[in-house]
Amino acid sequence: MPIFLLRRLLAAIPVLAVVAVIVFAMLRLSSGDPAIILAGDGATPEQLDAIRASMGLDKPVITQFFLWIGQLLHGDLGTSLISGLPVSGMIADRFGPTLALCLGTIAVAVAVAIPVGVLAAWRQGKPLDRCVMAASVLGFSVPVFIIGYALILVFARWLGWLPVQGYQPPSAGLWPFLQRLILPTLALSTTYIALIARIVRTSVIEVMGEDFIRTARAKGLKESAVLINHALGNAAVPIVTIIGVSIAMLIGGVVVTESVFNIPGVGRLVLEAVLARDYPIIQALILLFSTLYVLINLVIDVLYSLLDPRIRY
Amino acid sequence: MQTSTHPAAPAAAPEAGAASPLLAQIKRTLRSWPVMIAIAVLLLLVAMAVFAPWLGTTDPTMLDSAQRLKPISAAHWLGTDAFGRDVFSRVVYGARVSLTIGLGTVVISLTVGLFIGIVAGYFRLADAIVMRVMDGMMAIPGILLAIALVSLSGASLITVLIAISVPDIPRVVRMVRSVILSVRNESYVEAATVLGTPVPVLMWRHMLPSTLAPLIVQGTYIFASAILAEAALSFLGAGIPPEIPSWGNVMAESRVYFMMLPGLILYPGILVSLTVLSVNVLGDALRDALDPRMARRI
Repeated sequence: MPIFLLRRLLAAIPVLAVVAVIVFAMLRLSSGDPAIILAGDGATPEQLDAIRASMGLDKPVITQFFLWIGQLLHGDLGTSLISGLPVSGMIADRFGPTLALCLGTIAVAVAVAIPVGVLAAWRQGKPLDRCVMAASVLGFSVPVFIIGYALILVFARWLGWLPVQGYQPPSAGLWPFLQRLILPTLALSTTYIALIARIVRTSVIEVMGEDFIRTARAKGLKESAVLINHALGNAAVPIVTIIGVSIAMLIGGVVVTESVFNIPGVGRLVLEAVLARDYPIIQALILLFSTLYVLINLVIDVLYSLLDPRIRY
Repeated sequence: MQTSTHPAAPAAAPEAGAASPLLAQIKRTLRSWPVMIAIAVLLLLVAMAVFAPWLGTTDPTMLDSAQRLKPISAAHWLGTDAFGRDVFSRVVYGARVSLTIGLGTVVISLTVGLFIGIVAGYFRLADAIVMRVMDGMMAIPGILLAIALVSLSGASLITVLIAISVPDIPRVVRMVRSVILSVRNESYVEAATVLGTPVPVLMWRHMLPSTLAPLIVQGTYIFASAILAEAALSFLGAGIPPEIPSWGNVMAESRVYFMMLPGLILYPGILVSLTVLSVNVLGDALRDALDPRMARRI
């Protein structure tokens, strides 16, 4: 197991290296000179040269790349072109709301999708199953922001139960915090409920055809015990995979959801940085989320062998 | 056919076997009623896009300051936006842009993905390098990559098209590569290789046909996700230039007025959802019919 872990960790290095090259190339080859952005339109050529020299932009591209990698390895994500603050601090400031939104979304998605998926599998081909399947296709066909606006319309505008948008940290009190998190969480989790429920259903259906299910039923176990202990337990690997994939995919939805609900999280930081062409922030955020993606995949692989002793590395 | 001693026979077999059952399977798939409704909806949308100028529309970019933010009326079937433009016309013309984006993304990502996938699947040397690059691309969240690409290279129809297509390419490459890897060990490919079939012919006649069914399935999903991606990008302000009426833009422009006129966002939103839903229903049906291996998984 430790050897396997080490091997998987080493395998992640080339992937991250590729990400670093892609991100660097994308930002350097694109139009737009960071020095001009920083200095403004009225800058003299001398001023621009000075800025380029101070940022290392006058050096050859390859040198710039390795300088950047060296900084990264020292934990230095660079400084924002616009605010002049360290990027790592700016990201850390925005992390709380995003973390709350992501954790809430995954919790809701798993809590709803697993029972719904198991029920649909249990009633395979029956009306309940058909309804679940239809709702699931619908769930990932509607854009996140449409679900968000529809929820705002119903729960904030018509019923007046919840605030329209905004964010309060948990330190401001539990209810103000949760109150503003409910609608974005529901909006964002819809897609993942649909996705996870579908995989749960298919995986459970597949297991239900196995001999040990027949044996479990034959020895007179309650149907609920058969479904939960025998079927769901043995369908765990694909289910854990899709939950992991969902976590890794969340960031796309987070950007949109934070924009709809005006949540000052990392997703909004992405947008602000892109619109202001704040390269260091864009670079850092893409790298950060790609690293998270690689790490989550690593965790999934490790979980495989824990969930299914037949899988050995 | 299998017992034939004619040298060309084993080579011709998979092709002849792949073409007609594929069509028959597709026809069988299309017979269920949800799929027929989905196809009808899509045909209607295509007709709407093609015949946009004759559907009671006005110029979708025409500004009319006297008609700002008007509710639904006989003159403006879906009301007007903040610039007095007719929302119905913008939505109808938007079908042209959004369907073009969907189709263009499918064409770009499938063509590029197919090419890279074949190279990776066939040439061992290229495989390791290409797949590491694909792993890296897959690790970058698609929407971040797209937002960054659009904002860095300037918003236009072409950049949005490319930005939406690029994140889809690694998945196509992976799929094509795995098909090629499994096919190259089939006896008919070995037979063709032994007979001295040139590599391009080998790929075109013996390997490409087996990628067709999974490509069709993946193509439908890419079409659906491209329409959603365009809507999301434009909605975030990192998409197609605002003067072009795409569904994403129509919704993005109305964000500020949502509490007053929610219909400006919700009606185009329903249309986007209906389109994506229809494509997904069609995709699921095609997948069940064409790719039973995948059907069991998802």
